[in-house]
Amino acid sequence: MSQTMEAPAIALEKVNKWYGTMHVLRDVTMNVAQKERVVVCGPSGSGKSTMIRCINRLETHQEGRIIVDGTELTDDLRALDTIRREVGMVFQSFNLFPHLTILENCTLAPISVRKMPKAEAEELAMDFLRKVKIPEQAKKFPGQLSGGQQQRVAIARALCMKPKIMLFDEPTSALDPEMIKEVLDTMVSLAESGMTMVCVTHEMGFARMVADRVVFMDRGEIVESGTPTRMFEDPQTDRLKLFLSQILRGH
Amino acid sequence: MNNPAAATVTQLTPAPTRERPPASVYGPMAWMRANLFSGVFSSIVTIVLGFLIVYAVYGLFQWAVVNAVWSVPTTAAGALDPTSCRLVHGVGACWAAIGDKWRFMLFGRYPYEQQWREALCLLLFIGLFWVSSDSRFWNKWLGAIWAVTLVVIFTLMWGGVFGLAYVAQDEWGGLPITLILATFGLALAFPLAVLVALGRRSTKLPAVKMLCVVYVELIRGVPLIALLFMANVMFPLFMPVGINPDKLLRAQVAIILFAAAYLAEVVRGGLQALPKGQAEAADALGLTYWQKTIKITLPQALRLVIPPLVNTFIGFFKDTSLVLTIGILDFLTSSKTAMADPTWQGVSTEIYIVVALVYVAFCYTMSSYSRGVERKLDRVRNR
Amino acid sequence: MSGTTIDPRLANARGAPKKGMKLSWADPVFRSIIWQILIVGVIVAIIWYLVSNTTRNLEQRHIATGLAFLGNTAGIPIAETLIPYDPATSTWGRAVVEGILNTFKVALVGIVLSTILGTIIGVGRLSKNWLVAKVTAFYVETLRDIPVLLQLLFWYGLLQALPAPRASFRIGSAVFLSNRGLKLPLLEWQDAHWWALGAFLLGLLGSFAWNRSANKKRDETGIKPAVWPAAVGLVIGLPILVWAAMGAPFTIDYPALRGFNFVGGGTVTPEYFALLLGLTLYTAAYVAEIVRSGIQAVPKGQWEAAGALGLRPGAVLKMIVLPQAMRVIIPPMTSQFLNLTKNSSLAVAIGFQDIVSISGTMLNQTGQAIEGVGIIMLVFLAFSLSISLFMNWYNARIALVER
Repeated sequence: MSQTMEAPAIALEKVNKWYGTMHVLRDVTMNVAQKERVVVCGPSGSGKSTMIRCINRLETHQEGRIIVDGTELTDDLRALDTIRREVGMVFQSFNLFPHLTILENCTLAPISVRKMPKAEAEELAMDFLRKVKIPEQAKKFPGQLSGGQQQRVAIARALCMKPKIMLFDEPTSALDPEMIKEVLDTMVSLAESGMTMVCVTHEMGFARMVADRVVFMDRGEIVESGTPTRMFEDPQTDRLKLFLSQILRGH
Repeated sequence: MNNPAAATVTQLTPAPTRERPPASVYGPMAWMRANLFSGVFSSIVTIVLGFLIVYAVYGLFQWAVVNAVWSVPTTAAGALDPTSCRLVHGVGACWAAIGDKWRFMLFGRYPYEQQWREALCLLLFIGLFWVSSDSRFWNKWLGAIWAVTLVVIFTLMWGGVFGLAYVAQDEWGGLPITLILATFGLALAFPLAVLVALGRRSTKLPAVKMLCVVYVELIRGVPLIALLFMANVMFPLFMPVGINPDKLLRAQVAIILFAAAYLAEVVRGGLQALPKGQAEAADALGLTYWQKTIKITLPQALRLVIPPLVNTFIGFFKDTSLVLTIGILDFLTSSKTAMADPTWQGVSTEIYIVVALVYVAFCYTMSSYSRGVERKLDRVRNR
Repeated sequence: MSGTTIDPRLANARGAPKKGMKLSWADPVFRSIIWQILIVGVIVAIIWYLVSNTTRNLEQRHIATGLAFLGNTAGIPIAETLIPYDPATSTWGRAVVEGILNTFKVALVGIVLSTILGTIIGVGRLSKNWLVAKVTAFYVETLRDIPVLLQLLFWYGLLQALPAPRASFRIGSAVFLSNRGLKLPLLEWQDAHWWALGAFLLGLLGSFAWNRSANKKRDETGIKPAVWPAAVGLVIGLPILVWAAMGAPFTIDYPALRGFNFVGGGTVTPEYFALLLGLTLYTAAYVAEIVRSGIQAVPKGQWEAAGALGLRPGAVLKMIVLPQAMRVIIPPMTSQFLNLTKNSSLAVAIGFQDIVSISGTMLNQTGQAIEGVGIIMLVFLAFSLSISLFMNWYNARIALVER
């Protein structure tokens, strides 16, 4: 983790967002360096999902600037296309396309967006399916797979676009307990390969193992951030102390 | 700030909330920009549509209010003098015609002095619907209330007892006929529909199941008009020689058979949606088939399908207008007959508008009710 | 002990015992058979009673049953005919066929138009533009609360209020609108036009084939060559070439006012137009609701996932949302098509001679009540059966594969 002065992968500057009169993101300022792994945590309603969804413009911010991979997020459609090509996202509810096979799920974007020839796209997809350890399911449909398998396919699908940044929005929250490990293992090996990752999750074990930085949000603002060790063992604010006591119960 | 180790942020006190977001985000201007003028295409559509709407509403206002004739004078001979109406034809509405004809539209050829009986029936019907929609009355008394009200309505319409003058069925007409056809249709079709739905789901009596399937698919495949024709023409043939059933009765039978097929499908949907565990628990307790059905599965299934039931009833209510084709004077037919009055020529638009408004009033109320029930059910189910 | 010995209890495994039926009320199979015999028996008895009454009544009125009467001369005038018909010589059978053709004429055009209009309105309901959303909602709500018969009568009344042919509205120099209908100039159809039509269909096929080969190219290289130049050439250029090669005939039959009415040209009668307009507007309201709920049924997550992958909204709609929405849309849509066809029977109230109207007249004039009603029911049953079969096939084909 050398301290390079290259441009950050993601830069949020004083980002504010309102839903009606509800102020859901307040002066959020955060930088994510290249190859950095950031875990965002916080109680529900803290705005962590909203923030991460602003990064690839699934939500729009009303004040402040968001700069991803050197391109600023505005209403410009071309900027949006560029950003979405380089940012991959994995959702809590997988969102696989149920009417397409696993292979077609993975090859759809490379063929349609990156204009890849079909054979090349399929090879790429099989490669990533092997990396997430389910190549034999390629011809099946999402409805035939378990939750853990579906989420791994979702990760492979996002990776097929060869993004520079991966966003994870509570990837294991909708999974049965016995399937969480297989997904976390996939995410760990992805982190070890050097991918820039921003991950909203409650899995503190994962954070400890993989994260360079943990960011704690509450009520729309970043309250504390620091290394996992520092955050878990030496919380500074009362709010973080309260949160940790609630989720690290009995550990 | 891209040195991970040094990136420690500590906010000991929460940041202040800005209650009023900037005007570019919230407020009437922002709302208009987001909802009416969010892009070039959207803005064009808003302007064009807005212009058309204002033009149409203005034109309608001119026709229906400003240039309209609300009443006409009576001549020395006591008849109505419609010249002022004829002068505004095409430019203004002739609401005076409604003022003259509304009793015929509402009550058809029912004897003039006895029309209070039809009016009373109208009120009874509305009261019956209102009571049925109130969940406080959803118990075994509801059936009794329906039975008693329908008998009272029947007595009022026919007369001949309790000092009421007898009115033959071919003199009945107007809005009560529409309500009678729809309500009696629903009331009598309902038990038949439940039996057919149960029969269609029966696993032990395949012949009965096939009969029910044939009945439902046959009726749903043909238009109501065909059934009305069939009833009108073939019903007398089905009766022993010499017996000629009433026209209204023929139409009522056709509507009952028609309604039962559609209601059967709705009830069957409800039975299918009920979790299997309910029937299994009843079986485990040792209840017989009929005890289980009447006390456990049916009440729950019916509660589940109240929205589609109401929607189906709305459909029947509108479909009763088809009796125009066999010459029964329901609300629509009476109104159409009223238009033929030579005193008032060319008032078809005004009359159709009034008829449409009455139908909309009934149907919109019922569909709002059904939507409200659906919302309540969804809230209960998706806790 | 060794694990290869078989449990002696499994040694003589046999099949389930066969149950014989005991002739006693306690046996459920016996009970169900008795019940079925009873219920079917009652129904058969009722039908027998009705049939015997009917035969006696028919005898009394001297009406013969059977379809022989279809060979008799009809003698009724039919205002709109698709195949040649002469009141003086054509048979009832031909009149019935005319009725069926008229019904199809309304039903098919109505289905196409109401689908297009309904889809536009349904998508409009979901628009972000508040005005569009409210106007379409008002349209759908109002038209579904008014009986379709009333709507048909209303439109027919409006069309009848148009001026007489002598004072008709003119659009351009050859299109006239009056209370006798819309008069249009009609192309005199000749052989060359049949050939041109064939070339048009061939051009369509050719465009499809070209599109498929373009898709193959895209699979190989990633870029899809432009299809539209070839498509335009095939679909428009080819028919024109064929038509020109055959002499380019182009005579137009203009409507001309003679006396009180027009002769020549093509007519859209007010009856047909009122029926088509009323049915289309009414059914479109239902189609709009179906399309709207179909699109809303696709979870928002699908839009987001596809967008997050970089797909543009148009591509998301075409490849992800619409295929899934179709599953929810097609079944209720087909039942709306059936409803439109059944509602076309209301033609009898405004004087358009569809199958119900003609059968009704036939019923009245020949007294063949059973046959007349039977013909009506057969036509509609045939249509609804084919719709159901199509629907079952389509549902099975597109069902999502699940565990």
